[in-house]
Amino acid sequence: MKKECVTMLLAGGVGKRLGLLTKNLAKPAVPFGGRYRIIDFALSNCLNSHMYTVGVLTQYSPLALHKHIGVGKPWDLDRLDDGLTTLSPFIENEGGNWYHGTADAITKNIKYIEGYDPDYVLVISGDHIYHMDYDKMLQQHKETNADVTISVIEVPWKDTSRFGILHADENLRINAFEEKPTNATSNLASMGIYIFNWKLLKEYLLQDAELEDSDHDFGKNILPTMLADHQELYAYQFEGYWKDVGTIQSYWEAHMDLFDKDLAKLLSNKDWSIYSHDSQFPAQLIEENAVVHRSLINNGCIVSGKIDSSVLFENVVVGEGAKINQSIYYSSWCTDR
Amino acid sequence: METMMGLINLEHEQDFLEELTYFRSGASMPFAARYRLIDFTLSNMVRSNIQEVAIFARNKYRSLMDHLGSGADWDLDRRHGGLFILPPDWNDPTDISKGDLKHFHNNLDYFKRGKSDYVLISGSQFISNTVYDDLFQHHLDNKADVTLLTTSYDTPLPEHDKCMKVDIDENGWVTGLSNDRKKQRIFSGVYIINKALLLDVIQDCIAHYKDHFFLDGISANLENLNVQSYHYDGYSAIVNSVDSYYRQNMKLLEKTAYKDLFLTGEHVLTKVGNQAPSNYQEHANVDHSLIATGCEINGEVTNSILFRGVKVHKDAVIKNSIIMQRCNIEAGAHLENVILDKDVTITKNQALHGAKEKPFVIAKRKKI
Repeated sequence: MKKECVTMLLAGGVGKRLGLLTKNLAKPAVPFGGRYRIIDFALSNCLNSHMYTVGVLTQYSPLALHKHIGVGKPWDLDRLDDGLTTLSPFIENEGGNWYHGTADAITKNIKYIEGYDPDYVLVISGDHIYHMDYDKMLQQHKETNADVTISVIEVPWKDTSRFGILHADENLRINAFEEKPTNATSNLASMGIYIFNWKLLKEYLLQDAELEDSDHDFGKNILPTMLADHQELYAYQFEGYWKDVGTIQSYWEAHMDLFDKDLAKLLSNKDWSIYSHDSQFPAQLIEENAVVHRSLINNGCIVSGKIDSSVLFENVVVGEGAKINQSIYYSSWCTDR
Repeated sequence: METMMGLINLEHEQDFLEELTYFRSGASMPFAARYRLIDFTLSNMVRSNIQEVAIFARNKYRSLMDHLGSGADWDLDRRHGGLFILPPDWNDPTDISKGDLKHFHNNLDYFKRGKSDYVLISGSQFISNTVYDDLFQHHLDNKADVTLLTTSYDTPLPEHDKCMKVDIDENGWVTGLSNDRKKQRIFSGVYIINKALLLDVIQDCIAHYKDHFFLDGISANLENLNVQSYHYDGYSAIVNSVDSYYRQNMKLLEKTAYKDLFLTGEHVLTKVGNQAPSNYQEHANVDHSLIATGCEINGEVTNSILFRGVKVHKDAVIKNSIIMQRCNIEAGAHLENVILDKDVTITKNQALHGAKEKPFVIAKRKKI
C-alpha cells in the first residue's frame, strides 16, 4: 500500500572514533544519557513527527542493536501496515554483498522502498543527539517543489572545517558544496538528513551503482552529481541542539550538557519524549550519608558514596566511601571506595 | 504439563486506604516509588508461567484499567491466554448469585474456556516477589483440593490482625481457619484450587444463597475438602490500611528489605513510564530515600519516597514522607510525615506536618 514518505535510518556505522565503546557495538547502539541508546533519538523523532514507515539499515556488530530495536515497540513502530523493518545486508539468487556506502545501502533496498510506492524518501542516521520534527522539513520540501532538501545547522565559524558546508541563496536554494573547507565562506553545515523525491533518487542511485570508482556515498557522490545536473536542492534550516557524538570527547561533552538546565529537556521534554526499553529495575536507593549533586541516576542504583556531575545508568552500585566525579557509569557497574 | 490460570479477586479489598482509595481501587494504589500494589501478585503469576489472568473488579477500576492496559508490560498481550479485566456487567434477570459469587457466576466462561486444570487465586494486598512453582508442586504432590499459601512474621503488626489465621496438623493439612489474633500462621490470600472443584463450589454456594466464595465455599467445608498449606518464608508484607501502607513503604528504605524484596528474584513488572533518569541538581541533598525516575531534585529529601516525575525546588525540605507521581514541591516548602497523592502542588514556603503514627494525607491534585 502507498505511503507518502519512507524513512531510511542508516545505523550500520562502525563509529571508529568512539574507540572501545564500539569495539563490539554498532555506534547507534552506544548507551547515552543514563537510560538510552543513541538511536533512540532518531527513532523517537520518527514517532514524534509521524514518520511511521521506517527501514533501519544495520550491518556492523548488530546483535545488541537488533535486540534493542526489535519490532520497534517502544517507539510505537510495531504497526499493521508498515512500522519498523530491520534491513540487514543479504544475498539473493544473483549474489549479494555488504553495504558499501550510504547510497549503496539504499540501492540494495529499493525493493523495500518500492513496496510502499512513496513520493518521498527521508534519509537519516542513528548517531546524533537532537530533537527534530521531520514533518516540518517535509512540508518545506513540498512547498519549495524541491527535488532534494538537506537539513542544515549554523555552526560556529571556527568549526566549519569539521563539517560538510553548503552555500545557499536567499531562497535557501543550494548552489555549492564544500567538504571540510579550511577557509569557509558559509557556516551552514549539513546534518546528514535528506529528503528526496523518490523517482529522481532512484534514477541517480541506479546510475551511481554502475560507476566503479564511486564511493556510493550521498555526500561525496549522489548530491554533488545532482547539483552538477542543476536539480533543485534546497536547504532546511534547523534550529536547536544537535550533537554528533562520534568522538569520545563529543560524547562526553553531550553528557555534561545534560546538566545544563535547558538542555536537560533533551531527555525530559513532555512534548517530545525520547523512548527506550525499560529493564524494570526497582527505584534507586539513596542511602544515608550519600551525597549527590548535578547528576543523572537511573533505576536500580544503590548509592552510598559521593557523586558529582556524573551519569549512572541502571543498576550501578556506588559503595560507601566511593567518590565519583564527572563520570559516566554503564549498567551493572559496582564501585567501592 | 499441568498448568494454572490466574484470578485476582478484588471484591473484598474496597476502600481500605481511606481517602487514597476514594477514587481508585486499592489494587492500583502506588507503592514503592514506581509500582502499584497489583504489580506484585501479577508479576508473580506471570513469572510462574501463568499465561491467563482474570481480574474481578467491582468498582473504581478506571485507574486499574489505565495501569494494566492490554497487559503488554507483563507480557500478557497474548494470542493464547492473556489478561481479562472483568468489571461487573450483569444483566441476567434469573441470576440469584450474591457477593463475589456474582463475579464467579457471570464469568464462568473464563474458567470453562481456560485449558488449565488449576486456578491460582489471589488478592492484591500480599506483597512479595516470588514464583508459585513450589506452591503448585506442593499442591500436586499432596493431591490436595485446595492449597493455601501461608506465612508468619517475627514482629506482630496491626495489619496482621485483620488477616485470617490457619491451623494445620502435622502433615500440613488445614484443620481450622479463624481470626484468632494469638495465632502466628497467616493466610496470605493466595491459594490454588482445582478447577473442577471451583466450578462445583460456585454452583453449590449459589444454590444455598451464599455470598462469599472462600468463607462459604472453602472455609466452611474444611471437613469435606482436602485443604493443604504451603509455608512461604521469603520477604513479604501486608498492606491493608493507611498505617500499614506507610509502614511497608518506609520499610523498603532499609537496604536489607529493599534487597530481599527486589533483588533476590526476578524484577517486579510494572507499567513502563518512559521517564528520564532522575536529575539531581546543584542544591540537592538526598539521603536514605527511594527515588523513581523522572524526578528533578534541588532541595532536601530525607527518609522519603519519591514517585516518578516529582519536582523538589530549592530550599524545599521533605522528611519521612511519601510523595506520589508528578507532585510539585515549590521553593522553601517543608513537609514532614505526609503522604501526597498524585499531582499535588505544595506552594512556596508552605509547611505541613503529620504525626509519624498518623501521616497527614493530601488528596490527588490538591494545591496547598
